Amino acid sequence: MARIIAGIGASHVPAIGAAIDNGKTEEPYWKRVFVGFEKSQQWMRETKPDVAIVVYNDHASAFSVEMIPTFALGCAAEFPPADEGWGPRPVPVAEGHPALASHIAQSCILDEFDLTICNKMEIDHGMTVPMNLLFGKIEKHGHWPCPVIPLAVNVVMYPPPTGHRCYMLGRAIRKAVESFPDDLRVVIFGTGGLSHQISGPRAGLINSKWDKNFLDNLTKDPQKLVKVPHIDYMREAGAEGIEMVMWLVMRGALDDKVDEVYRFYTVPASNTAVGHIILENRARKSAVKRKPATKHKRAAARARSAVRRSR
Amino acid sequence: MAREQQDYDDIPGTFVFDAERSRQGYGINMFCMSLMKDENRKAFKANEAEYLKKFKLTPEQTDAVLKRDYNRLLELGGNIYFTAKLGAADGHSFQHLAAVMTGASQQDYASMMLGGGRSVEGNRSRTGKNAPSKFLSAAASKKAAAKPKAKAKTKTTKTKTKAKPKSAKRK
Repeated sequence: MARIIAGIGASHVPAIGAAIDNGKTEEPYWKRVFVGFEKSQQWMRETKPDVAIVVYNDHASAFSVEMIPTFALGCAAEFPPADEGWGPRPVPVAEGHPALASHIAQSCILDEFDLTICNKMEIDHGMTVPMNLLFGKIEKHGHWPCPVIPLAVNVVMYPPPTGHRCYMLGRAIRKAVESFPDDLRVVIFGTGGLSHQISGPRAGLINSKWDKNFLDNLTKDPQKLVKVPHIDYMREAGAEGIEMVMWLVMRGALDDKVDEVYRFYTVPASNTAVGHIILENRARKSAVKRKPATKHKRAAARARSAVRRSR
Repeated sequence: MAREQQDYDDIPGTFVFDAERSRQGYGINMFCMSLMKDENRKAFKANEAEYLKKFKLTPEQTDAVLKRDYNRLLELGGNIYFTAKLGAADGHSFQHLAAVMTGASQQDYASMMLGGGRSVEGNRSRTGKNAPSKFLSAAASKKAAAKPKAKAKTKTTKTKTKAKPKSAKRK
C-alpha cells in the first residue's frame, strides 16, 4: 500500500529561482533565504520519498486565460519546465508517475472531486522553485531525485477553490494514495504564499502576524484555517496571498495530528514573505518505538498535573 | 453595465482579478501572453498601436497599454501575472513595476520591502473595517487569555493570599 508520510509547505517566489539560476545564492540578501532550507534538504535526503505530489499554481506560463481549470492533475510521463518568456529554467525535465497519478484521478473523481486531467503539461517556477528548495540545485541534464505529480490549482482568477474544498481534496488524495497497491512512500507539497500582494497601489503588503498564525494553526488546528473566507486572506495577506489555500490541500492529506519537524520564515524575498514548514505523519515512525514513549509521556504529564493540583 | 459590487472591492489599492474582470480583460491578457515570444515582442515594439489591433481591446484598454498605466490595466481586467510580461518586454524588473503601481520610487519601494513590507494596519479597508480578521484575533485572544494565567501562577508564590481564592473558585 502507498502512503503519505509527510507534508511540506514552501513559498515559490520566482526570484528565488532566478537567484539559483544566476548563481546568487551566496549573496547576503539571498543567503538569508537559502540557509533556511539547508536542514530541509538534509531531511529530504534522509526521507528519500518514492513520489512527490506538488500542489502549485501556474503563473500565466503554461496555462493562459483560454482555459482556467480549478484543479488540474498532471498524469503525464514527464513535465518539462515552461518557457516563462525568456527561455525555460535550466532545471531537469521532471519525471511523472502516470500510474499513481491516473489512480488518484480516478479515485478522486469518483469521490466527487472533478479533476481536470493533463496528459501534456509544462511546469513553471510555481513548482520548480519549491523542488529546488527541497531537492537542491540540479543541473539541466541531471535528474530530480524522485518522480513528481503536479496538481495545479487556480488561484490566479477569483474565486479560487475555498480552503475547505482544498482541505477535502487533500483528504480524497490521501484516500486515493492509500488504495494504490504498490508500496510507495509519498510526500505532498503545498506551495505559494505566504503573505504578499504584488498588484495595485497596495503592492508590497506583508503580514507576518497572519503568517505566523497560519503556520501555527496549520500544525495544530487546521480545522480553524479551513473556515477562513477568501476575503480574510485577501485583506490580511494580500490579493496574491490567497495562494495559501493550496497549503490546505497538503494539510488535508495528512493525519489530524502531525509533528512539526521544521519551520522557517523570513521577509522578504523580492515582494513576498517566505514561509516553510515540514509536517510528518506520526504513523511514519515505528509504532513499536513510539507507543511506550507516548504512554510514558502521558504518565509523566499526569504526575505533573497531580503535583500541580495538590499544591 | 456597472460593476457588480463585491465584498473585496472594499480592500484599498486592490483590483481583484475576478470572473467579471477576466471576461472584460481577455484581450489584454491574451496580448500580454503573446509577449512571451520574442518575435511578438519585436512586432509590438515596432508598432504598438498596430500590433494591439489584433486583440480586440476597448479604446480605454488600448490607451492604458500605450500609456503603461498598470493600475488602470488591472482595473480594466488585466491580471498582474500577465501585465508583468508587458513590463518585462519593456526591460523592467518586476520591482520596478511594483514601485510604479504604488507610486513610489523603486528605491523607496525596495527599502520598504527590506524593512518588512507594507503594514496591513490602516490598509485593510476603504470603509473603516480595520479590525483584524477574527481568525487572527481568536488566536490572539487565546494567547492573551493564556498569559495572565501564567502570570497568576508566578504571583501565587509571591502573594499567596491574594491569588489562592481565585484558583479555588475555579475549582
